[in-house]
Amino acid sequence: MSSDTTASSAQPTPGGFLGWLDKRFPVMDVWNDHLAQYYAPKNMGFWSFFGSLALVVLVLQIVTGLWLAMNYKPSATEAFASVEYIMRDVDWGWLIRYMHSTGASFFFILVYLHMFRGLMWGSYKNPRELLWIVGVVIYLAMMATAFFGYLLPWGQMSYWGAQVIVNLFAAVPGIGEDLSTWVRGDYVISDATLNRFYAFHFLLPFILAALVFLHIVALHRVGSTNPDGIEIKKGPKGNKWSDTAPADGIPFHPYYTVKDIMGLVVFAAIFAAVLFYSPGLGGIFLEPPNFQPADPLKTPAHIAPVWYFTPYYAMLRAVPPIAASQFPGVVVMFSAILIMFVLPWLDRSPVRSIRYKGILSKVFLAAFAVSFVVLAYLGLQPASELYTLLAQIFTVVYFAFFLLMPIYTKIEKTKPVPERVTE
Amino acid sequence: MKKLLIAGVLLLLPFTAGASEKGPDLLQSGIDLKDKASLQRGAKYFANYCQGCHSLEYMRYSRMAEDLGIPTDELQENLIFGDAKPTDHMTNAIRPDDGEKWFGTKIPDLTLVTRWRSPDWVYTYLKTFYVDDSRPYGVNNLVFPKVGMPHALVNLQGVQKPVYAGGEHAAGSEEHVVGVELVEPGELTPKEYDNMVRDITNFLTYVGEPMKLERRSLGLYVLLFLGLMFLVSYYLKKEFWKDVH
Repeated sequence: MSSDTTASSAQPTPGGFLGWLDKRFPVMDVWNDHLAQYYAPKNMGFWSFFGSLALVVLVLQIVTGLWLAMNYKPSATEAFASVEYIMRDVDWGWLIRYMHSTGASFFFILVYLHMFRGLMWGSYKNPRELLWIVGVVIYLAMMATAFFGYLLPWGQMSYWGAQVIVNLFAAVPGIGEDLSTWVRGDYVISDATLNRFYAFHFLLPFILAALVFLHIVALHRVGSTNPDGIEIKKGPKGNKWSDTAPADGIPFHPYYTVKDIMGLVVFAAIFAAVLFYSPGLGGIFLEPPNFQPADPLKTPAHIAPVWYFTPYYAMLRAVPPIAASQFPGVVVMFSAILIMFVLPWLDRSPVRSIRYKGILSKVFLAAFAVSFVVLAYLGLQPASELYTLLAQIFTVVYFAFFLLMPIYTKIEKTKPVPERVTE
Repeated sequence: MKKLLIAGVLLLLPFTAGASEKGPDLLQSGIDLKDKASLQRGAKYFANYCQGCHSLEYMRYSRMAEDLGIPTDELQENLIFGDAKPTDHMTNAIRPDDGEKWFGTKIPDLTLVTRWRSPDWVYTYLKTFYVDDSRPYGVNNLVFPKVGMPHALVNLQGVQKPVYAGGEHAAGSEEHVVGVELVEPGELTPKEYDNMVRDITNFLTYVGEPMKLERRSLGLYVLLFLGLMFLVSYYLKKEFWKDVH
């Protein structure tokens, strides 16, 4: 066991147990290819933290979720009480539950920042289209997981939120009613729905983990990009760790591992501050109506999904029904997510990073970020005439970012991209 | 730094959206979860005036006694009615159907009432019952219009009359009630009544989240630990990155 395992760029054959293992399983190759000799651009700054942090939170969600599952009861008569049982009678149950509920919201915060980083750095552009697409699939899987999970506490908002969302399927022309009944397994959200949602909520995180694995494999094939959007593999070769590695690259381990650990500590402090001092975050992370058990006979005055879904919910409400059908709104809502799949082919700019793109790209990206945040806010509020109008305007802005991209990235004047990464 | 700011603003913006329910302004309850005497009084008031109808079905007597520093014999003698055991949940003998029959609605369990309403709401609710002859029990409430519950503490608080926004002209419709005024004093002075209601609110806030104080004090240690970890990780990163720069 005590063989010298310090990885250097030479290829020493490890002895002892590691040597035994390495003959049968590519331990050293994996270690080198993905950590010790994976060369990442040395200029990845602040925005590069969120991917690895999201991975940590995924693990946290799976671990806390497993422990919650040990005491949770997926039954319409027992679910709500079992959550309170976890909060009150299970040792450290409150901590595990708050970690899971806070973790869900932070997972989305991190992923939204990670995606925004991708937009700024142009991380979706050739050759990273597939990496981006796997990312969008991860985002969809996350949303599905969160949606199934939100029903489980069986509070009023769990119940009525699920009711509203599942009813969206009923808007599909022709087959809608049957489709929504099929999804629920009943004519209303009921015990049958809770059971199947629990099953999916337990399954999906493992699919998510597999997708994250693919995301990282794809990333390591094409390499990490950076704020300059420069392809370090195309630049000069040779650095102090290897003669063949990109000159602007540094080994991921130990440099980015120690850096990400530092980022993790800062993130953990922010996470802990919310968890211990305001786990409900003023009704945003835990909505007050959800502290009332689900009551199929009592519709809450105002139903809003959890904050991470509200941009799309605002879009849904912004689209006026056509022939008394909500279907157009549903189409717009889903298009808002699906359009991300074609993003790599919408961007016609010769440069990758927002740093060297023209003013139009900058304006559109800023407008897009603002519209997403404003829509999130509007989706949380009860609809009023003014808010609906604002939601319509910002829905147009959201889509303009994507649909006009082939035009504005083509006509704008870009700045010259330097040969080497800037510090 | 600029990036940090952008990220910070993006992060925080959606959360500025507080729950903006319309309704009359709530009174400040001014509760203090560290005030054990207040919590004990609140537990006593709850047992005597509320628990006959309202259960605390997720709260155990023993947990309450332990957290509030109530000795077991006192718990048995003054706070547990009937043949309940200390480890039982704080329920009562009312059946859900009875509530439907008597008040037209199930009598709500109050374990989490301060979490889905708020402590200030509960405090205001208990203070703003007013006479309304159109209601089955002769009272209405400022923050809970058309409330089905009678004013259980009327003997202590006294009788309150509604105050209308447009003076007496607008009298009669509950949408125009903006306040209440005491017209017939009860057994307690207004100040004594306020204190009693504050104790009940304090107790119910404790019941809503019994681990709240523990959560906060643990949080401090966690943050201190992470602060220390930050120093370690910061200098570790700095040391390693000397090679890069």
